[in-house]
Amino acid sequence: MSLLQVKNVSKHFGSLVAVNNISMTVEHGELRAIIGPNGAGKTTFFNLITGFYRPNTGRIIFDGQDVTHLLPARRVWCGMARTFQVTEVFPELTVWENLRIAVEVASGLRLRAWLSQTDDDKIRVRIQELIEMGGLASKADRQVGELSHGDQRATEIMMALALKPRLLLLDEPTAGMGDQETYEITQLIRQLHKDSKLTIVLIEHDMRVVFHLADRIMVLDQGKFLAEGTPAEIAANKAVQTAYLGQAA
Amino acid sequence: MSGKLQLESSGRKFVAPVAIWTALLLAPFWMPLLGGYTALGTRVLVLGLAAMSVNFLLGFTGVLSFGHAAWFGIGAYGCGMILKFVAPSTPLGILAGTLAGGLAGAALGALIVRRRGVYFAMVTIAFGQVFYYIAFQWSSVTGGDDGLRPFYRQPLHLGIATVDILNNAVAFYYFVLACFALAAAAMAFILRSPFGRTMLAIRENERRARFLGIPIELHIWIAFTLSCFFMAYAGSLYALVNNFADPRGLHYSQSGDFVMMAVMGGMRSFWGPLLGAIVFVVFQDYVSSVTINWQIFIGFLFVLVVLFFPRGILGAIRRRAAL
Repeated sequence: MSLLQVKNVSKHFGSLVAVNNISMTVEHGELRAIIGPNGAGKTTFFNLITGFYRPNTGRIIFDGQDVTHLLPARRVWCGMARTFQVTEVFPELTVWENLRIAVEVASGLRLRAWLSQTDDDKIRVRIQELIEMGGLASKADRQVGELSHGDQRATEIMMALALKPRLLLLDEPTAGMGDQETYEITQLIRQLHKDSKLTIVLIEHDMRVVFHLADRIMVLDQGKFLAEGTPAEIAANKAVQTAYLGQAA
Repeated sequence: MSGKLQLESSGRKFVAPVAIWTALLLAPFWMPLLGGYTALGTRVLVLGLAAMSVNFLLGFTGVLSFGHAAWFGIGAYGCGMILKFVAPSTPLGILAGTLAGGLAGAALGALIVRRRGVYFAMVTIAFGQVFYYIAFQWSSVTGGDDGLRPFYRQPLHLGIATVDILNNAVAFYYFVLACFALAAAAMAFILRSPFGRTMLAIRENERRARFLGIPIELHIWIAFTLSCFFMAYAGSLYALVNNFADPRGLHYSQSGDFVMMAVMGGMRSFWGPLLGAIVFVVFQDYVSSVTINWQIFIGFLFVLVVLFFPRGILGAIRRRAAL
């Protein structure tokens, strides 16, 4: 069975139809990119999947369970984790503390007033793993708010990974980054996809990144579905070229 | 070299708490030298604990309650009523006051945790005032405008000895200090726990916290409830300090005073509110003997601190130490 099935979801804000009757099916282990010009409804679509908004119509099935009416925290417990277009971290805490909170929550310890030595040791090991995977070892004790944009984004992705998600949703992971940072984040995502076999859905503006990473691409335009297919199919699609590439050029 | 640096910084970490506890333990000896008196120290401890309770929520969860005097007042009345009507036992009074205020806070908290920011502050003011008017109007039980009296703190029976805390100011100071230490230790313990870190997470970024899978409302409610228990505990001690429970102890202006102490002292730091309480109480004590308009001066001081030291007095000291 598919990991994520989005069925005919719509969302309007007053008279604006931000997402208009869109469906999407994501298989286990797939890396799906969602692209489209500004205002295409990509982030709103993301927000519907993760529970930030409730859809006006349509259903969202995650791993066989209808999550359409679940609160965001509950969808996280089901195995969804996300990052945001504008990086959301705990700016006045250190990288270590940011990850510590995520790991403790993921270990079901969030209501605990006390940790056993065994639990504490396990948590430390896990934090260290994540810090190394994110290339943050030299910055573990720095406040996240002081770090570069790329390192903040890496921290955010590591926090999402701390939750051991079955589906990772990344909203423009390379937004506002330089070439080097973009390259590093792209490598990280590729590694998560190829080595850890993680299912990933991402929104991205940088076409190099999209065509480098994605198994399949879905294109939205003005809240509507435009096309879906492999990178090669999308590159050859006339409708996409006029609507998306035409406008971008 | 980095090892040495680390040692130094961890050494520095202990300097402040050791200095604070030493100063508190020796207060009855050094305060008279500076023209203070022991009862003033006792008041500082109790009001400082109240300000720390407000700050438990404000500084560490990022939630501003402007009606916390209600729990403080309920604690005071609860303690006073036990002593006046039920049994001459100081510990029982404290226990009853703490439970009454804490449980009332838990119940109200459940109704309001969905509100945020200004709305939350407004709702807490409104509910706080409800309790104020109950205390003010229900004269047959609460003593109305005159407050609840007479009742007196009772001697402590410690098994081997009986301590008179009514007439012996120093003994009472140490009793309050012991109670204060208990609450401060509990707060510090909670703040260092996984739950305490979820409070910081909510303060830092509610959206991120929610999408880490933290049920925000539940966690805010627990933090609010804990804060109300600490507040009611401070309130019951306050009834013992005065041998009197005052309806003005529930008024929103009292809540404002606690917030002012916390902000003035430094709301991101554990000890900041205690420092704020020291400044507030000592200032009040001295200036009110000169002019009845002492509040103008404390207000002026508050404005200066907020303008020039947005992180409070302790925050400013820390920043200087870090440079």
